[in-house]
Amino acid sequence: MHPITTVHYLALSAALLLIGTVGVLTRRNIVIILMSIELILNAVNINLVAFSHAIGEVHGQIFAIFVIVDAVAEAAVGLGILIALFRNKETVLADEIDLLKW
Amino acid sequence: MLIDSIFFYVFALLTLGGAIFTITRRNAIHSAISLIVSLLGVAGLYLLQHAEFLFAVQIVLYVGGIMVLFLFVIMLVNLDQAAKERQFNRQWMVGLAAVAAVGAEIAYFFYHGGSDSFQFGETVAPASTIGNTEAVADVLFSQYLLPFEIASILLLVAVVGSVVMAKKRI
Repeated sequence: MHPITTVHYLALSAALLLIGTVGVLTRRNIVIILMSIELILNAVNINLVAFSHAIGEVHGQIFAIFVIVDAVAEAAVGLGILIALFRNKETVLADEIDLLKW
Repeated sequence: MLIDSIFFYVFALLTLGGAIFTITRRNAIHSAISLIVSLLGVAGLYLLQHAEFLFAVQIVLYVGGIMVLFLFVIMLVNLDQAAKERQFNRQWMVGLAAVAAVGAEIAYFFYHGGSDSFQFGETVAPASTIGNTEAVADVLFSQYLLPFEIASILLLVAVVGSVVMAKKRI
């Protein structure tokens, strides 16, 4: 069995990014689209931590912390928008929100 | 070294399996539970890479904070109607084709990239006398002090914004 190198982590991160992108592009439920965005941000974090470990410095981990802060802000505002949307439109399906389309 | 490899594959399986279940389940609660499994797998990967502080942050903030927020919202909005309908939109073929193209591109560069593109082996980090949390704090509060304060303002804006969004009448 090969020892685990940085490339293993990069491949895992790419796979997680693609799964998250599939979720964003194909699902109709907005809650699950937001969860897929969390998956994408986690893929980015795996990349940052892997390079940080390979180089031997902690700067990558600092950036991962900032990415986590962004993810928290995004989830809070996104779910607030979702609650406002559900109150007005009674739906959580992304393709039924077509008020601007005519 | 063998035990490290085994742990890596276990955590990678948790991460990817949880992610796939997250985007395929019909019930949003099941998706949220699968996402928790996936995030715990990512936390284990952080621990394997000696990022102990991020491991704790991942569990406390993601699994304890964001996922509880998600579960709250899932229970606030009524998802029973949405669970009975189609789960994938009409453009899912185009979406899958686009993602397959990007995946093929990434795989191509993994295997046939420039001769020196992915040649770095695993450098063993020098045995430092200070712990990971201390090292992170040293850099975060000296070199990254301004971004840290800006991040705190961002969180304040997010708090105010989410309250404004979710409140009926301001």
